[in-house]
Amino acid sequence: MIKAILIFNNHGKPRLIRFYQYFAEDLQQQIIRETFHLVSKRDDNVCNFLEGGSLIGGSDYKLIYRHYATLYFVFCVDSSESELGILDLIQVFVETLDKCFENVCELDLIFHMDKGGLSAAPARAVSAVKNMNLPEIPRNINIGDINIKVPSLSPF
Amino acid sequence: MALKIVKGSIDRMFDKNLQDLVRGIRNHKEDEAKYISTCIDEIKQELKQDNIAVKANAVCKLTYLQMLGYDVSWAAFNIVEVMSSSKFTYKRIGYLAASQCFHESTDVIMLTTNQIRKDLSSPNQYDTGVALTGLSCFVTPDLARDLANDIMTLMSHTKPYIRKKAVLIMYKVFLKYPESLRPAFPRLKEKLEDPDPGVQSAAVNVICELARRNPKNYLSLAPLFFKLMTSSTNNWVLIKIIKLFGALTPLEPRLGKKLIEPLTNLIHSTSAMSLLYECVNTVIAVLISLSSGMPNHSASIQLCVQKLRILIEDSDQNLKYLGLLAMSKILKTHPKSVQSHKDLILQCLDDKDESIRLRALDLLYGMVSKKNLMEIVKKLMLHVDKAEGTTYRDELLTKIIDICSQSNYQYITNFEWYISILVELTRLEGTRHGHLIASQMLDVAIRVKAIRAFAVAQMATLLDNAHLLTGNTQRNGICEVLYAAAWICGEFSEHLENPMQTLEAMLRPKVATLPGHIQAVYVQNAAKLFATVLRSQEGNTEGTAAQETSQLMIDRLPLFVQSANLEVQERASCILQLVKYIQKLQQKDVEVAEEVNALFAGELNPVAPKAQKKVPVPEGLDLDAWINEPPSESESEDEKPKAIFAKEEPKHSRPRHTEVDEKELARRREARKQEQANNPFYIKASPSSQKVYQDAPGVEHIPVVQIDLSVPLKVPGLPMSDQYVKLEEERRQKERAEKKKKEKKKRKEKRSGRGKKHDSGPESEEDITPAHMVDIVTEEMPENALPSDDDDKDPNDPHKALDIDLDKPLADSEKLPVRSHRPTEAPKSPAEDGDTESAAPQEPKKKSSKEKKEKKKDKEKDRKKSSKHKKKKQKKEKEEKEKKKKKKHHHHHHHSDGGGDESVQNGTVEEEEEPLPPMSNYCLLAENSYIKMVCDIQGNLQDGSQVVVSVIFENKCDSFLKSMEFNVLDSLNSKLQRPEGAGPHDGLTVPFQLPPGVSNEARFVFTVQSIVMPQKLKGTLTFIVKNEDSSTHEKLDFKLHFTCTSYLITTPCYSDAFAKLLESGDLKCSSVRLEGVNMPFHHLLARICFHHHFSVVERIDSCASMYSRSIQGHHVCLLVKTADQTVSIDAKCDEPSLLGNVLDEIKQTFSQC
Repeated sequence: MIKAILIFNNHGKPRLIRFYQYFAEDLQQQIIRETFHLVSKRDDNVCNFLEGGSLIGGSDYKLIYRHYATLYFVFCVDSSESELGILDLIQVFVETLDKCFENVCELDLIFHMDKGGLSAAPARAVSAVKNMNLPEIPRNINIGDINIKVPSLSPF
Repeated sequence: MALKIVKGSIDRMFDKNLQDLVRGIRNHKEDEAKYISTCIDEIKQELKQDNIAVKANAVCKLTYLQMLGYDVSWAAFNIVEVMSSSKFTYKRIGYLAASQCFHESTDVIMLTTNQIRKDLSSPNQYDTGVALTGLSCFVTPDLARDLANDIMTLMSHTKPYIRKKAVLIMYKVFLKYPESLRPAFPRLKEKLEDPDPGVQSAAVNVICELARRNPKNYLSLAPLFFKLMTSSTNNWVLIKIIKLFGALTPLEPRLGKKLIEPLTNLIHSTSAMSLLYECVNTVIAVLISLSSGMPNHSASIQLCVQKLRILIEDSDQNLKYLGLLAMSKILKTHPKSVQSHKDLILQCLDDKDESIRLRALDLLYGMVSKKNLMEIVKKLMLHVDKAEGTTYRDELLTKIIDICSQSNYQYITNFEWYISILVELTRLEGTRHGHLIASQMLDVAIRVKAIRAFAVAQMATLLDNAHLLTGNTQRNGICEVLYAAAWICGEFSEHLENPMQTLEAMLRPKVATLPGHIQAVYVQNAAKLFATVLRSQEGNTEGTAAQETSQLMIDRLPLFVQSANLEVQERASCILQLVKYIQKLQQKDVEVAEEVNALFAGELNPVAPKAQKKVPVPEGLDLDAWINEPPSESESEDEKPKAIFAKEEPKHSRPRHTEVDEKELARRREARKQEQANNPFYIKASPSSQKVYQDAPGVEHIPVVQIDLSVPLKVPGLPMSDQYVKLEEERRQKERAEKKKKEKKKRKEKRSGRGKKHDSGPESEEDITPAHMVDIVTEEMPENALPSDDDDKDPNDPHKALDIDLDKPLADSEKLPVRSHRPTEAPKSPAEDGDTESAAPQEPKKKSSKEKKEKKKDKEKDRKKSSKHKKKKQKKEKEEKEKKKKKKHHHHHHHSDGGGDESVQNGTVEEEEEPLPPMSNYCLLAENSYIKMVCDIQGNLQDGSQVVVSVIFENKCDSFLKSMEFNVLDSLNSKLQRPEGAGPHDGLTVPFQLPPGVSNEARFVFTVQSIVMPQKLKGTLTFIVKNEDSSTHEKLDFKLHFTCTSYLITTPCYSDAFAKLLESGDLKCSSVRLEGVNMPFHHLLARICFHHHFSVVERIDSCASMYSRSIQGHHVCLLVKTADQTVSIDAKCDEPSLLGNVLDEIKQTFSQC
């Protein structure tokens, strides 16, 4: 089961947070901070799994993340999920966002929090992947294919 | 500037939307908190407005603020309001907000039950979808109980989109309401074979999640899953199933045997790494479960290890990580096959990725043997020196200690080596694990008697060089080691070569800078040492030497007497007095050594950590009985401050003691060097590293020498563990040579000594004999300790409740809580009902939504008074649980009689008033020997021209009913909604089949143009009756009666709005009188509410105003009065013909009873 989906930027600012189990607001923020702390100090060329933080779950939980441009996509899952599967799921999720917003960037997430696509996006991506009768799980998706552009923030 | 002002005023004119809020926050980086608090004030204003669009916008902004960590639970009620909006875009915002911030203790949740139920049964699949998604996040036990049946119905919805979601949310329902598992399980199982892959996958997910926690209950599903595994090509499903088998195999070894082959096939054939990995994992699980009493599956293990090696060698860090992870599972049962890959794993220790290094470390833990322990630890020590970052280094340190100490030091052959490893580890700067090293030193020294002499010598050196450990940083955790060192030197002081020197080292003024608990140990053990020294000195008959020692103690101890630490102070002053007394005796030439030694006589034995727990309770001892009666409240409060004071750790904030002057230090150092140079057992320290330790005051005067950091720091005079590795090698070689010689001899002696060799064990590594005859003292346990298994299970685990046997056939009593309702065809008098309702025959097959409506009404009324009643209601909910159904009716009934009684205490009224009889709006549609149809007609709130007809089909015969088609002859005014492309006369396929005795519900949507008149539509149901040998087409005609009532929708109305409506004068009036109505007024009202979709606006004694609205927005107002069995109803409505028809229908309802 997926316990939480956290998307935050390189500075740890939350961009899209979804907890599938109730945590009080301050605890949520603490989890985000802790996760950011764990994830941010890792190089890009190390593995994408982290033994769960102390706040969320415990030993049965893993943090599985990917880092795209300025955003970290972190899934907190328990041992019933396939680690590699979740990595692909993140990929598909990002692709879905990319389709929804055409060249998704951090600002899309910031400004379209309410877009239907977003509030349900994680769930939708999950179901999308789970339904796609993928002949093989596309581990080999070339990350470079996804074009994530980060426009400068000055217009705002 | 002007532009800014204009922009600002526009902002004030229009409400901010979410984008504006986000933009605003970004523009107020400096005073974000202040900006947000003004925004929250604005939102509060917006929430006060009546416009739902404004509210939705405000709630939308709140969801964003919630994400940023602001508590928005104060807006819970507004969220509920937005959730109940009829517009999907608002509804979605409401549900999103609810899923983010509702939880079990949110009290407004109970107001949502009806809203959610309504959304679940909405004809719009997206309404249903959003409700399901939201519910999954905030479902409570109450919601789960109330909605389980509705969700279960949705599992057979026509749309896969809904089916899928319904299946998934059932898992959450099971968790919150375990009783629902058994009734719902058959249908869940059905969904495993759903034609839609998404639904199938959802069902697999839910069952796997359930089975993971309580695998034994799901063993019977194994054949089904086995079939799925061999037939499915969906990797997601496969992974789940394979994981599930991993959980099942430990319980059923036969399953494992069957699995090996298909799994190995998959391993060979699949190209998906994730699937491969899961297969390997499950094969490992199978092998573990088979490992006892089965021919070894060495081929499978080889395959797994080989595949894992490929993963580990991959350049992808993720695969490498997972490979190591899986490897560690194999290690537990088949360590040999992993050990052959030691090279690879040691290589991983050099990986740049810390997670991978840690995984590799885990593996090493299981790979050590007597043979390779030293080698592995040596490698690890190298890594310790190289490691950057204290966390990894600390991890290495704990791992080294874990590896060495595992299973009671099983793999250590040379404890001198281990002690020197521990001593080397003390060089780690900034480690947090000083206490770990310390406890190891203590443990080894206490339990391995043979090593004590060596250990004591090492510890004495450590104490002598204590300043190197403490260094300049007192927070340094490593000084914990001194605790162990001091204790060992004191306790086993008879092994000390030069106790006097150690005693002096322990009484150095610098000791006072150590943490309190260490000082305390120093003081105590100084006393022990003192005893030893006295003995040796008195033996020499030199009275003066002994007196000098006493004087030394008396000189140095006052330093500790002044300590701020109570423990240190107490011990020091005790011992000081003791020594003073001894000195007095010495001056009188009395021999005291023996007596002083007697103070510390006796051996301390190690005690097992659980020993205390295992002491059996002696007979006749009642641990729960009071020894003294508990003191009264006030007394205990008086004592409190004392207790707090005693607990407080006094801080050692005393000023540092003046250091021994530089000359003295230099002199000592010189002396020590001299001594070390002369001592052949000391290894000379390299001059460069020597300098590093000169951190005493006045460093600046010493010429700084370039420090070569690649040279590991050494504590001078301490032996290096590496030596032991070499020594050990030599020793082993020698031994081997000797053994060979012996063996040759023995062989010559006609193999007489063969048995002896076998005694040492079949494994080659067992041949290595320990260097010392170690006697590892086992930990002491109390006599007749109770053997007990510690219960590791968490009693709070929600999954514990789901440990339910699913194979037992369903008992009659087990069904989802559909509240009982009176079958329409057999009405009973209310009085009779009151007594018998709990025993009233419930129709198990009609798991329908009949009762929903009843509750809905009540709930809607509740909403009006919710603010006042929240607390009372909670209390009642509790009662409800205890007294279940019966109570429930009381409860509803109370609320249905409106405002008039509000001042009366809840409890008393309930007991007096008669309970409300159960009611149902479902009426018989048609019936024959095969099937029975009952239906309920309701207007659709979202669409003014739609009516939803829910039909329950019940199979009455012993055959299977399939291919049911529902068709209606459309009239000009009303048309059945058919899917696009279907002709106007085509029937609708009912989305399910009916096994014998089963009932199910389907919904059909009709479009209506005018709602002022009632209508009748003719229709036909065709179906196939399938027996074992034959199947026949059958048909059943019915008449669908759309009453005007069915166009009304229960809508709550506030009394002031109601008054305004009546004042407006737009409404036409009409009235009706009912004679001979023989029922309590509240029953009458409840009936009108229930059957005719009204809600009570206000009730005063025997008079009540009621309100309802049609799907096209007509207002219908009633004023109901009763006196002596006569009821008069005055009604107003903006559509007279509609009103007339509604009144006729009301009249009819009451004429029936």
